[in-house]
Amino acid sequence: MADHSSVTDGIHYHQHDVVIVGAGGAGMRAAIEAAPKASTAVITKLYPTRSHTGAAQGGMAAALANVEEDSNEWHTYDTVKGGDYLTDQDSAEILTREAIDAVYDLENMGLPFNRTPDGKIDQRRFGGHTRDHGKAPVRRACYAADRTGHMILQTLYQNCVKHGVEFFNEFYALDLIMAEVDGVKRVSGVVAYELATGEIHVFQGKSVVFATGGFGKIYKTTSNAHTLTGDGVGIVWRQGLPLEDMEFYQFHPTGLAGLGILLTEGARGEGAILRNASGERFMERYAPTIKDLAPRDIVARSMVQEVLDGRGAGPNKDYVYLDCTHLGAEVLETKLPDITEFARTYLGVDPVVERVPVYPTAHYAMGGIPTNNDAQVLSDNETVIPGLYAAGECACVSVHGANRLGTNSLLDINVFGKRAGNNAVAYAQTADFVDLPADAADGVVKMLAQLREGEGTESVAEIRKALQETMDRNAQVFRTEETLQTALADIAALRERYPNVRIHDRGRRFNTDLLEAVELGFLLDLAEVVVVSAINRKESRGAHMRDDYPTRDDVNYMQHTMAYRTDAETGASQGIRLDWKPVRVTHYQPTERKY
Amino acid sequence: MAESEQKNENSAGFEREAETGDPAAQADAAVEATTADAESAMSSSGTSAAPVDSAAEAADRPVEAAPVEVPESFTVTLIVRRYDPEVDDEPRWVDYDVQMYQTERILDALHRIKWEQDPSLAFRRSCAHGVCGSDAMRINGKNRLACKALVKDFDISKPIYVEAIKGLPLEKDLIVDMEPFFDSFREIQPFLQASGKPEKERHQTIAQRERFDDTTKCILCAACTTSCPVFWTDGQYFGPAAIVNAHRFIFDSRDEASQVRLDILNDREGVWRCRTTFNCTDACPRGIQVTKAIAEVKQAMLTGVKL
Repeated sequence: MADHSSVTDGIHYHQHDVVIVGAGGAGMRAAIEAAPKASTAVITKLYPTRSHTGAAQGGMAAALANVEEDSNEWHTYDTVKGGDYLTDQDSAEILTREAIDAVYDLENMGLPFNRTPDGKIDQRRFGGHTRDHGKAPVRRACYAADRTGHMILQTLYQNCVKHGVEFFNEFYALDLIMAEVDGVKRVSGVVAYELATGEIHVFQGKSVVFATGGFGKIYKTTSNAHTLTGDGVGIVWRQGLPLEDMEFYQFHPTGLAGLGILLTEGARGEGAILRNASGERFMERYAPTIKDLAPRDIVARSMVQEVLDGRGAGPNKDYVYLDCTHLGAEVLETKLPDITEFARTYLGVDPVVERVPVYPTAHYAMGGIPTNNDAQVLSDNETVIPGLYAAGECACVSVHGANRLGTNSLLDINVFGKRAGNNAVAYAQTADFVDLPADAADGVVKMLAQLREGEGTESVAEIRKALQETMDRNAQVFRTEETLQTALADIAALRERYPNVRIHDRGRRFNTDLLEAVELGFLLDLAEVVVVSAINRKESRGAHMRDDYPTRDDVNYMQHTMAYRTDAETGASQGIRLDWKPVRVTHYQPTERKY
Repeated sequence: MAESEQKNENSAGFEREAETGDPAAQADAAVEATTADAESAMSSSGTSAAPVDSAAEAADRPVEAAPVEVPESFTVTLIVRRYDPEVDDEPRWVDYDVQMYQTERILDALHRIKWEQDPSLAFRRSCAHGVCGSDAMRINGKNRLACKALVKDFDISKPIYVEAIKGLPLEKDLIVDMEPFFDSFREIQPFLQASGKPEKERHQTIAQRERFDDTTKCILCAACTTSCPVFWTDGQYFGPAAIVNAHRFIFDSRDEASQVRLDILNDREGVWRCRTTFNCTDACPRGIQVTKAIAEVKQAMLTGVKL
């Protein structure tokens, strides 16, 4: 399945049945389905093993019932309730039903899960995962120490090697090409920039899968990698396609204070406790039944509330403690070795004997590119774009609703990554290529030339820092109309400065200066969508907590936000139109969310 | 700004002689060789926020006032081996003064150079906490991940030397061509080979799982392979990382292709080239006992795989 490529006017042209953008968990899971059946190219801005799937720690949920009674119906209920009833319930049913095979698939591919004494996959507790509809925490998370994401990423890459998947490493996708065929908008290909050479490549594909991950770098304090700049979501947005539920951004409760480096919820799954400055186990007040294992939105909010009420720890009273000291050295070294090392390395704190300073860190986008259950991208509430698929954090099915449960994202990438790969290859086996327009690469060539040759004086780093600071200050765990309007005004001012950024590296090879400028453009676009969507939702639901509207309003807001871009980019502000999309309810009517 | 710094070079053929020598001694030598022209202009906006400062800003509501401890900052000199293939005939050392704080890492220093002094500096990085393996580099003569090398662990009264890992083709600044490294990885068939499709999971005891635990930690950062003197002189050698990943499958009770991998590594460029210098073990940012793993593979060739 060789790459059919040619060069015209300095632009490289490639043709593959299936083109996958992104080589994290979702992209590689899709590739494993597609590559054996059709010519498949994976375009990835990073070497596959650098993807941020590898930073996931705690586990992957599936009701295997290897260590205690469990059912995927309970898992569905938890996912819906955890998502504060914004989860599409038929999608959650698929997620939890296919979870079981998704775990077995990975084990059969070689993933070295931790084992029970009788040799089965071991399971641990995690936030929001309960027995029998909330009665008590349940052991549902399949895990490999606290490096489950690392093992998934390595295992998927190993199997891509096995299947001879063709990777284009350090190729930055920068545009999506679509064309109308018989009045229907269809996908035609992807334009990418090769980091090593500075050359432009156009990949024509019968089907295209976006699996490009999240955009945590709109925030300053984040568990996300530097490279998580939302390029894929931004590309789709710039094509005039909608984004769904962008106001729902998850803050993981236990980031290392001040640094944002993730400490897995699996620590609390193994028994660790959150304490305030006086040593009180404060989660008993906020979630009396499952306490420290409440869902992330609730725990993060509770931690911030403790700090706001003056019960924070440290010289500035601006964090709380994660107490692992009663777990013992053996549990920490065998089940939580990486986070133990992170605390030691980065804060000089030994979790075996000391409490670890923690504070919420921007972690995961529940929203993104809207898809149906077949991972097909939607151009409105229902219309499918033939040939275009999305999976993983960049997509919004929505299985996570207003708040994702821990261990459901490693699950999501496997279930919907596999669906995307299968469906993309099935489509490619029946469809023809859509002709590329003659000017397919022009948009990217022009954008890069403008940036590279600009004579402005603005610093990419300064604009990015200002963006991240206003998002941390004004669009974080708690929001109000006032803080969000402040963020919006700040973003508009930064967007005006952006066209005047100065690129210092005028070279072609490994021009990371240029790419950071491109990434900043995506960050600015997406931050604005997040804030505009957040202003519009005048209620509190899941991760979206409005101080000025502190309760959930199911009458007016139990529906998904759909944001559309309404004009071409002209500087200060992009036109954004907001619409709604109904939530699909099967069995679970919304009730007050208590834990 | 970038242009003025480029004049600040030392292309006087400064080369490290002892690869495993004392970094401090090397640092001293290089200080003499460097045109000490650390312009104050270079550390222009060095007053960026301390890392521990954002936590209480949530929701814009005041937190009860407490005495604010401003973290102490200090100046560190980094001397970075720069190379731009479109301009330079050969690499050159450039020095930068950077304001740093106690909890910061070499990666933070590189970012401060890139974001405040010279945006043309090229290096790879992603996760910034030691799990993605992007930013392996040679820091004071030793392979480390820049994101795990804390500045406070260095003697900051002397400059810190940063250069690309050795033994792979230099592309630009701190970036090397990783393809030969991944070629070796792919050659050892790094995927589970097991017959039959079980209905559920394959079973494995806790002890069987533990047998290969250490080598599952590998993040393919290449710190081990590019610290190996044998690899430096013979790029055909599989290198420690490929052997580590072979070990991960050879000692996995579920795998049936151990002999295939042992045959591959019994090659002229295989495990027998290892001279047990332990550079790889010292370099591994994940704490893998690399030399021990290589020894176990050698042993398996002689006496068979013992699970």
